[in-house]
Amino acid sequence: MNSNFLIELENVDRRFTSPEGKIIQVLDNFSMTVKPGEFCAVVGPTGCGKSTTLSLISGLAKANAGKVLIEGKEFEGIDSRVGYVFQTDAVFPWKNVLDNVAVGPLFRGVDKKEAIEKSLDWIKRVGLQGFEHHYPHQLSGGMRKRVALAQTFINSPDILLMDEPFSSLDVQTKLLMQQELLQLWSKHKAAVVFVTHDIEEATILADKVYVLSKRPTKVKKIYNVDIERPRIVTETRYTKKFIEISKSIWNDLSEEVNI
Amino acid sequence: MSDQNNINREEEIKKLEKISVEKVKERWRFVIFYRFMFLFVTLGGWEVLGRTGTIDPFFFSMPSSIAYQLYIWIIKGTSQGPLWLQVLVTLEETVLGFLIGAVMGIICGIALGRNKMLADIFSIYIKIANAIPRIVLGSIFIIALGLGMASKVALAVVMVFFVVFGNAFQGVREADTNLIANARVLGASDRQVTFKVVLPSALSWILASLHISFGFALVGAVVGEFLGSKQGIGLLIATAQGAFNAAGVFAAMIVLAVVALLADYLITRLENRLLKWRPTVQ
Ligand SMILES: Nc1ncnc2c1ncn2[C@@H]1O[C@H](COP(=O)(O)OP(=O)(O)OP(=O)(O)O)[C@@H](O)[C@H]1O
Ligand SMILES: [Mg+2]
Repeated sequence: MNSNFLIELENVDRRFTSPEGKIIQVLDNFSMTVKPGEFCAVVGPTGCGKSTTLSLISGLAKANAGKVLIEGKEFEGIDSRVGYVFQTDAVFPWKNVLDNVAVGPLFRGVDKKEAIEKSLDWIKRVGLQGFEHHYPHQLSGGMRKRVALAQTFINSPDILLMDEPFSSLDVQTKLLMQQELLQLWSKHKAAVVFVTHDIEEATILADKVYVLSKRPTKVKKIYNVDIERPRIVTETRYTKKFIEISKSIWNDLSEEVNI
Repeated sequence: MSDQNNINREEEIKKLEKISVEKVKERWRFVIFYRFMFLFVTLGGWEVLGRTGTIDPFFFSMPSSIAYQLYIWIIKGTSQGPLWLQVLVTLEETVLGFLIGAVMGIICGIALGRNKMLADIFSIYIKIANAIPRIVLGSIFIIALGLGMASKVALAVVMVFFVVFGNAFQGVREADTNLIANARVLGASDRQVTFKVVLPSALSWILASLHISFGFALVGAVVGEFLGSKQGIGLLIATAQGAFNAAGVFAAMIVLAVVALLADYLITRLENRLLKWRPTVQ
């Protein structure tokens, strides 16, 4: 097949079995492709399988049918090029901020001193300097999210999976973080799959927006967001093109939610 | 003008603070006072009831006789040697049993907790083993291992193992799957997941079990001695019982309580050190 895709999901099925043996078909003949360096956003009704899609790409879960390919190849286990910011809090509560951020390089065998240096650098980049020795329970929800971001970015992943990373933030911080994300991404061009409920967020960040249907889930529509970069989140949101695209995504989505 | 206001306000708050600090201290003094009062009334009542013959001091002893017995043990030693030696023997059995039982419990708990299949097969037997009053095994150990230290250590191990095992197992099962997934994506091997994620998550469960199980180890050692031994506090109790010496039994109990409280203090210190990342509960 076409191997200039970095991530390919080919006719993937993913189902869960309830304790009574009932089958919940989540992804149904689901296909999706992401090119290297492409920023993809995924929106869809709640429970449609967005998180499930990310866990298939990460290798944490396996498809029941179909293929999940990275660089055209099927893979075992978890690819080291993947970074995953989870929907729920996943920082280690017994480690302080510094150690939480350093954990990726340490797992991967980087020596302690270098890992700490990198960690300090990333802590600064996400604006947490001064909190290096705080434990997660001493931070606000938004700060914990930043720890999670730094923890993922420090591994400089080529494939970046993000599951509603900014949903718990207030609007100001959210816009700041979006801008920051775009900047980071423009420097290190990772392929991003960004799950969100926020249509404007999807439109402002992405090259491509996947709109998913409700379960059993298929791709309902794909939008190409051809707004030129660099984008400025606080300004681009008022351009005509932006409003046009987010409106039609909105319409698509409300068809799925309102039934 | 407004600066002046601010200063006044600050002074006011400082005054309020002084009052509240004083109140906290006052309350604390009150608590301490009534704690002593309670002790005094209880022991005094016991003594008076004993001396007036309302309760028979032959069976129930009296605080003064218990204190005297302790004094004799400390100054002249017990019938089986100096008191500190008895404490040391019991403590040695307890600590050995505690350590062996705890380490085995932690290892088995984690191994079983990490393996779904093993967990499903063995969990039922663990429940059964936990339900049996294991202290009865003491008799078997005395028969099999003799009157020496081994039988007491074995009994303490059995007492400790299942408690720690159960908690370690539970702790591992409850380790947040999200944290494990995160660690794996960040690059952790299976080994690293076990030691860097699962073990720390289970740690608060494990430490909680260490608290209770030290007491269990002590019970195991003392009952072991009681059933048959040449030394130790358990033997001291058995001897006192044989001689109808109620004061001796109580005195031995006090010695045991002191040992248990000291151990508990040390374990709490360890716990606070290892779990300093936890939000403080007040
Ligand atoms: N481990 C599981 N066992 C059984 N069912 C599951 C499991 N994980 C997910 N599901 C089901 O799969 C469906 C999709 O879940 P998923 O978490 O992917 O949804 P989502 O699109 O991320 O939703 P949200 O926007 O609310 O995060 C849900 O209906 C859920 O009930
Ligand atoms: Mg989700």
